[in-house]
Amino acid sequence: MAITKEEVLHVAKLARLELSDDEIDRFTDQLSAILESVDKVSELDLADVEPTAHPLDVVNVWADDEPRPSLPVDEALANAPEREAGFFKVPPA
Amino acid sequence: MKLETLRLTAEEGMGLLERGEVSAAELHGAYLEAISERDDELHAYLRTVDEADGPSIPIAFKDLISTRGVETTAGSKILAGYVPVYDATVATRCRETGLTLLGKTNMDEFAMGSSTENSAYGPTRNPWDPDRVPGGSSGGSAAAVAAGLAPWALGSDTGGSVKQPASLCGIVGLRPTYGSVSRYGIVAFASSLDQIGPMAKTVRDCALLYRIVAGRDPCDSTTVELPQPVEIPEREDLKGLRVGVPRELNDVEGIEPGVKEQVDRTIERCRELGAEVGETSLPRSVDYGLACYYLIAPSEASSNLARYDGVRYGLRVTGDDGVRAMYDRTRDAGFGDEPKRRIMLGTYALSAGYYEAYYGQAQKVRTVIAQEHAAAFESFDVLVSPTSPTVAFGLGEKTASPLAMYLSDVLTIPSNMAGLPGLSIPCGLSDGLPVGFQLIGPQFSENTLFQVGHALEHAIEFDFVPGRLA
Repeated sequence: MAITKEEVLHVAKLARLELSDDEIDRFTDQLSAILESVDKVSELDLADVEPTAHPLDVVNVWADDEPRPSLPVDEALANAPEREAGFFKVPPA
Repeated sequence: MKLETLRLTAEEGMGLLERGEVSAAELHGAYLEAISERDDELHAYLRTVDEADGPSIPIAFKDLISTRGVETTAGSKILAGYVPVYDATVATRCRETGLTLLGKTNMDEFAMGSSTENSAYGPTRNPWDPDRVPGGSSGGSAAAVAAGLAPWALGSDTGGSVKQPASLCGIVGLRPTYGSVSRYGIVAFASSLDQIGPMAKTVRDCALLYRIVAGRDPCDSTTVELPQPVEIPEREDLKGLRVGVPRELNDVEGIEPGVKEQVDRTIERCRELGAEVGETSLPRSVDYGLACYYLIAPSEASSNLARYDGVRYGLRVTGDDGVRAMYDRTRDAGFGDEPKRRIMLGTYALSAGYYEAYYGQAQKVRTVIAQEHAAAFESFDVLVSPTSPTVAFGLGEKTASPLAMYLSDVLTIPSNMAGLPGLSIPCGLSDGLPVGFQLIGPQFSENTLFQVGHALEHAIEFDFVPGRLA
């Protein structure tokens, strides 16, 4: 199925991507072709099939609730584009 | 003496160290020298590490493996300058074994691609023919090993990103059983599929590296303890082994005649080595595998890549209009086309009104694929096919059409969806370029895959040194 330019803009907004006009046109065509191809999964009648979210039959893993050393604040902030007083700093909303 | 790294296997390198014929620093230096000679052309590395930091042989890591103090970009501009403050568990395990980090290898951005052309830092070239791609997304690791720029390397495999570049570069690559190798400290792409895998010149090296990195990690709750210890293969026959040839994986449209010929010849060798060979079928796995993958992987990617927002690390692009615009601009400037496509595809497939038809349906197809493989393993110990339908293709040949590029993984994706291990070994040349043979086994059958791969390797006697470098 084809995806419209408006839908691409909507999806880009949901995905927090500011696209240029050129990108919008290119992605509209490319995503339409990809969606047409992946739509193939709809051919199968799988009403009685259970979905798989994880390839292994694993059980929940519990960890003991014991305090352990973690990253010092300085290291946790080491890659921050901007920081102030031990916090990540961002522009105001 | 000048140490020639082109032919040196990891095992041989360890032998040289044990006998005191060379020091770890000299070995490290010999690889750096090879890199300075050959990597200007190939661009397998994004950066190298000058000093040997351990007593054993060197190793190269795909650039999505976090290395404390060494920049880690996942091939993306959005992580340019990012220097991890902790090591991935696989890096820790290599370090504890004494391996020295040689450098970080090039890759398709966030491991999204099959040619390494999606790297934000420029493509890697194939050591067999620099006008061709090395495959991807672990193309840098594959090219480094093939060109003697590392004795072995780690890559990651989501849809085929270890197996396919191993195939295109004429080396051995293992995509391990999902859950057998820790993903702690790995830049995430699609978490229900991503696995770290060893890449090497021989099956024994591949098994040795797998033994170092595999096993449960308390920091990754999806990992499990291996049911059996890893065995380094020695046997050279295949007596008693049942080899299944899935019709669809061997006859899918697009398999080159030269690839088919080498793979058929290798299946014949299985018989000569004593295996029982029979035909089998995976009717829906191959037909629907690619579509299933391109719904599930982008959906998971759209969620995983939400973290790149310019707040905590990596690129930040600001305007004068607040934090929301900062997110949008940072992501538009930082991501290349392929991550953007996949983020949007995943966001669409997970959005209200489409979730059941796309993501929900794909998860059910995934069940069908797992069931089909399980049924085949009732009669066979391993399944075989080409790893890639084609030999290495030309740079730029498939970049205009994302769908054409996606087809590169049509043979590796089905077993990946089922969480199964797969080994690719070189089985011959077609037009002077390597052809990969894919061996797929049940979950946790790595020891069997190593045995079969080793026996075949011995019979095939493939020369892993690219002709033009020999």
